[in-house]
Amino acid sequence: MATPQLENDLAKVGAGLDALDAPSQEQRPSLGRRFVRTGVPPLIAFGLLLGAWQALWAAAFWPEYQLPSPASVWAAVAEAIETGRAFDVLWTSVSRAVLGFLTAVVIATPLGLLIAKVRVVRAAIGSLITGLQSLPSVAWVPAGILWFGATPSTIYFVVLMGSVPSIANGLVSGVDQIPPLLPRVGQALGAGRLAAARHILLPAALPGYLAGLKQGWAFSWRSLMAAEIIATSPQLGEGLGQYLHNGSSLNDISMVIAAIFLILLVGVGIELLVFRPLERAVLRARGLTSAL
Amino acid sequence: MTATLESTAQSTVDSAVTLSAVRKSFGHGSNSVLALDGVDLRVVPGEFVCLLGASGCGKSTLLNLVAGLDAPTSGSIELSTSRPAVMFQEAALMPWLTAARNVELPLRLAGLKRGERREKASELLSLVRLGEAGHKRPHELSGGMRQRVALARALASTLGSAEEGTPGLLLMDEPFAALDAITRDVLQAELVRVWRETNTAILFVTHDVREAVRLAQRVVLLSSRPGRVVREWSTVDGDEPALIDDITAHLREVISGHAAA
Repeated sequence: MATPQLENDLAKVGAGLDALDAPSQEQRPSLGRRFVRTGVPPLIAFGLLLGAWQALWAAAFWPEYQLPSPASVWAAVAEAIETGRAFDVLWTSVSRAVLGFLTAVVIATPLGLLIAKVRVVRAAIGSLITGLQSLPSVAWVPAGILWFGATPSTIYFVVLMGSVPSIANGLVSGVDQIPPLLPRVGQALGAGRLAAARHILLPAALPGYLAGLKQGWAFSWRSLMAAEIIATSPQLGEGLGQYLHNGSSLNDISMVIAAIFLILLVGVGIELLVFRPLERAVLRARGLTSAL
Repeated sequence: MTATLESTAQSTVDSAVTLSAVRKSFGHGSNSVLALDGVDLRVVPGEFVCLLGASGCGKSTLLNLVAGLDAPTSGSIELSTSRPAVMFQEAALMPWLTAARNVELPLRLAGLKRGERREKASELLSLVRLGEAGHKRPHELSGGMRQRVALARALASTLGSAEEGTPGLLLMDEPFAALDAITRDVLQAELVRVWRETNTAILFVTHDVREAVRLAQRVVLLSSRPGRVVREWSTVDGDEPALIDDITAHLREVISGHAAA
């Protein structure tokens, strides 16, 4: 029935359809344009904020010990950097946060999978985990001090209580949002339970999981700061939280603002350097670029 | 085509799949719904059979049973093919994998080595005329192209992982229903070409009489609620328009039977 001529025509029609119907590729703008579009607006906003601050300070509505000048805060930061104190403080806190976060990932990932896939587990502790997310982790600090004393254990305990629920919940919602057809396809292609988890479930849940990780990191960092500000002892060394606490004890508002600035800097820095590129790469590969 | 795909053509088995007195009901007690009632069906290796029926005739249920995604309530299903491959109405490609990786997935699940997987996947992609598009992601492909990748993936799961000489079986659940008319027309012709080249048995579910007559060697009409085999037609030596009219008349009869009930 199909002559070579017909065959050939068919191939041409098919190729034509492919060319017409395939979604057109959007061009990625050049590096310069992307900088203008995404880098300049926050710089302008920061500049305006700084200007307003300087103007308010110059108007002298509030005494100097309540509203320092931008220059004196900068001097406090510069001094901390020059003496090397800033790096010690940052290292202490960031290493704690990263270690706590990684531990949270190791605990929360199997926990999230269990909640998502085992009905009894979900019924038993699903709501509890969601509830824990809304409990401010600073509430755990007094309990932690009573249980573990003012030791690093308290700090890690608070960080874990803050971040594990977020990561587990992110994974659960990632799994819940998988289109039901994909696991069925996996089954039809011959995937067993483990192979399905490895090749279909986990990659399909990745965007939700990543969102959970991002939130988990933010919660780790917040919880860590709360714990460090409240629990201070020589045993704990000096992290960013203690640095802030010391500033407050010394009535040094420049030091307090400098500490807040450093805390923000770490939060924004990790988001921009780690999570944003990771999320972007994952979503771009799946054609979900409109979400960015 | 290369030898690996053609080797499946020769077979000594006289039946690819045999269904005897297959019953399937869902639910329990008085609420149970009988979806299939005593279905007997045989598909010969390399045969192209269309299952035709209105909504609720249990076509998709039947495919799920043959695919092993579900078990019959009673009756037996004997397969003498490799693992049957299923194609759904949606392509359901994994959005995080390229087209080539999607085709490789069943081979990977079957434990093939990387080099072998690559080779077979690119062979199958060129079979569906997508040899150049292997690096693309599903969202970069048109609906028709996605469905062809899904066809290559289905073929990979039934042919690629099988031992040499085992006939393949392809189960298709209205795979072209969501496509526009021109694309559907091209894909129907492509499917027939692929079927001839691979010599896989195909069980194709549709509610479109023209599609059934155009594609299949044999058209099987199912009744609705419960599904039973009403009649069969061979399309090998008949005049097409008359056959379409005849089958349409019977399909209408089956459907209007429900209005009285």
